[in-house]
Amino acid sequence: MNSALKHTPLVSEHEALGARMMEFGGWWMPVQYGGILQEHQAVRTQAGLFDISHMGEIWVSGEAAETFLNRMLTNDVRLLGEGSGQYSLLLNERGGVIDDLLCYRTAAQEYLLVVNASMIEADERWLRAHAEQGVRIENASELWAGFAIQGPQSATIVSATLGLPPEELPSRNGITQIQSENGTLWVARTGYTGEDGFEFFCSSESGVWWWRRFMEMGASRGLIPCGLGARDTLRLEMGYPLNGSDLSPEKTPLEAGLGAFVKMEKGDFVGLGALKSQKAAGLGFRLYGLVMEGKTPPLRAHYPVLARGENVGETTSGAPSPSLGVGIGMAYLPAEGCPPGTRVEVDIRGRRFPAIVSKRPMYQPHRP
Amino acid sequence: MNVPEDLLYAPSHEWLRREGDTATVGISDHAQNELTDVVYVELPAIGTSVSAGQGVCVVESVKAASDIYSPAQGTISEVNEALSADPSLINSDPYGAGWIFKLKLAAGTDLSALKTPGQYTLQIGGA
Repeated sequence: MNSALKHTPLVSEHEALGARMMEFGGWWMPVQYGGILQEHQAVRTQAGLFDISHMGEIWVSGEAAETFLNRMLTNDVRLLGEGSGQYSLLLNERGGVIDDLLCYRTAAQEYLLVVNASMIEADERWLRAHAEQGVRIENASELWAGFAIQGPQSATIVSATLGLPPEELPSRNGITQIQSENGTLWVARTGYTGEDGFEFFCSSESGVWWWRRFMEMGASRGLIPCGLGARDTLRLEMGYPLNGSDLSPEKTPLEAGLGAFVKMEKGDFVGLGALKSQKAAGLGFRLYGLVMEGKTPPLRAHYPVLARGENVGETTSGAPSPSLGVGIGMAYLPAEGCPPGTRVEVDIRGRRFPAIVSKRPMYQPHRP
Repeated sequence: MNVPEDLLYAPSHEWLRREGDTATVGISDHAQNELTDVVYVELPAIGTSVSAGQGVCVVESVKAASDIYSPAQGTISEVNEALSADPSLINSDPYGAGWIFKLKLAAGTDLSALKTPGQYTLQIGGA
């Protein structure tokens, strides 16, 4: 075990459950418990419980919080009512992605940003560097534990555990606060798997208590603990980008196919000028899905992609898709030259295997 | 972890079962457990000459691709085609149906560099 790595409040739970642990974004995290394929399947058919305590929680509040966040983020914060959230991006001046995040409006003048583990300090620095009068920024990441329940049984399990009728649970992207004997629990209906699901945030001290409680209440409904391995195959089937792999400061959200979360007409925000120029000039590259044909080695990041024999890009992510039974991945490819449906080849250790450029998501979950 | 007494082991976690001048090779129970769910095996080409310690094929789990090294010098004489259809045999039966390739050992091959079951058990931190 590496002592330089940060531990979540749930690390002893993972070790007691026999998890295989690995480094992720500076954290010592479970990659799997029983097996990635089994955990993936549980989330697609029943439910899985994930530790997401490594993710960051940054509170932004004050009378100028709304205008400040609207200047810092790509989505339109003004669309958020109290108790609702949206996916959004934090850009640099060149329009490149610093981080992707969820922004929740928790009160009239209070917002919660849930950010990627490896970007907590960078995000906080960038926000503070642009902060104005009337804005308070509090990085609460060290104080909070986080976990997620994902899968078609999620609502039933959460409803039973919290003693709330299903209609009182937050709706998609909504957030609500529950008071319990163990303090505050934030419940947000969101996730990174494509299934119905919830993310929870509570004090570090109460993390283990809540984790055990959900495990107990969920066991009879098929809930099993799931690691980052399944989290990765689940998000990849949905074509959700992972920052650091599929998103980077050199790529804009337009190239990443995240234009729906960029409100170009809302008024000025950091990166807007660069995005406007890029839009006017036309996108050179776009992040597309790739689906391998037939039995091939699984896709991984950094494999060359060829179209008509010429190198046109490389994969940014890849894995075997447990749901589709073939390799899938993502790659920045020529926007005009390689539209979805284009047949390409992927060079895997010097051998070329056929693949088809695909729209994202590559897999359609069965949502109610 | 299961470390059968009748096999020899490479530090890189392959096992070798010698039968006269041929040897069967696979990966240990410890190795399959570390790799996790095996989803693809790239088998070596029959007839390839290999030296001890040479990477000869690749086993891929959901998370990563791992090289498999020949534990001895020789020529690949047979490969386990069943792994193409069912790579998980490496997980479920690493010392049996999950064997990977057979090697015609080079004349005078010395296997003394390989580990005994006891030495290998120590390497993987067993009792």
